[in-house]
Amino acid sequence: MVGNLLLRGMMVGVLAGLLAFCFAKVYGEPYVDYAIAFEEHAGHAAGAAGASEEPEIVSRATQAGVGLFAGLAIYGAAVGGLSALAFAFANGRLGRMRPRSLAALIAALGFVAVVVVPQLKYPANPPAVGSADTIMARTELFFAMLAFSVVLMVATVMLARRLAERLGDWNAATVAGLVYVGVVAVMFAALPNIEEIPAAFSPAALWNFRIASIGVQAVLYAAIGLGFGAATEYAAGRAGRPARATSAAAAR
Amino acid sequence: MTNAAFATTAPTTARAEPIPVSTILPWAVFGGLMLLLTVYFVGAEEGATSLIGGSFVHEFVHDGRHLLGFPCH
Ligand SMILES: [Zn+2]
Repeated sequence: MVGNLLLRGMMVGVLAGLLAFCFAKVYGEPYVDYAIAFEEHAGHAAGAAGASEEPEIVSRATQAGVGLFAGLAIYGAAVGGLSALAFAFANGRLGRMRPRSLAALIAALGFVAVVVVPQLKYPANPPAVGSADTIMARTELFFAMLAFSVVLMVATVMLARRLAERLGDWNAATVAGLVYVGVVAVMFAALPNIEEIPAAFSPAALWNFRIASIGVQAVLYAAIGLGFGAATEYAAGRAGRPARATSAAAAR
Repeated sequence: MTNAAFATTAPTTARAEPIPVSTILPWAVFGGLMLLLTVYFVGAEEGATSLIGGSFVHEFVHDGRHLLGFPCH
């Protein structure tokens, strides 16, 4: 049962990765190319001795093609699998929800916790933005933010579930949501900012890159949420008895 | 009174039978760890930390890492 859900989540995730790849190719890659050109130009200007030339281990074409696809497909499989585990825990424990509604809700909450909140504080950077000296600190801050945000979201859902007994679903979700936003606001104020954008870097390219980055994630999470829910209802329909309940609800 | 909120959601949808936590837990622990490890390889290997050394993984998933918003370099 759980194994089936996990496998389904990972397969849907790979397909979502393919969609995200198409989006990234069109809307993201132009700004990666700009940033790499900027980086090389800055490198030539700074290192007159030519010491900054790095040997190319993986060609640009591979990075922007197979490499990009592999990265997004593997990440998609991981997000799909983790969503499936969340689904296994939440199904039957978060009120009455059809599988497709629950899967969409999990993807939406996951998108907020994993993408929106961490990215608002520490937005995606193209190559050439960010100093090599601070990669350690930036990585630690980013992953600490990510982990805290996910734990906070899980705690928020558990709080909403507990409050629902007394306040009803809607009010419970509103109160828990306000607590979530409040804690995030405190965290944003408490953690240090990272501002390492080179002065000559095109602001438009940076903005477009960051929007494309959020877009890639939005495509991924939307495809996983909708795809996993649809696949789960389809599988339940084929399994027999729940089929009638599901199709009756669908035919309504 | 408490069930009034439920009545507004689709009445034809029965509450699903929850999978026991004891059944999910082994999958969640092993599957979850495995999936988090794959996220690590896409998002962080050979950046600030390195498990297998070299820089092939970093270079191969480089564009995806940037576009997924992970700190890369
Ligand atoms: Zn990079």
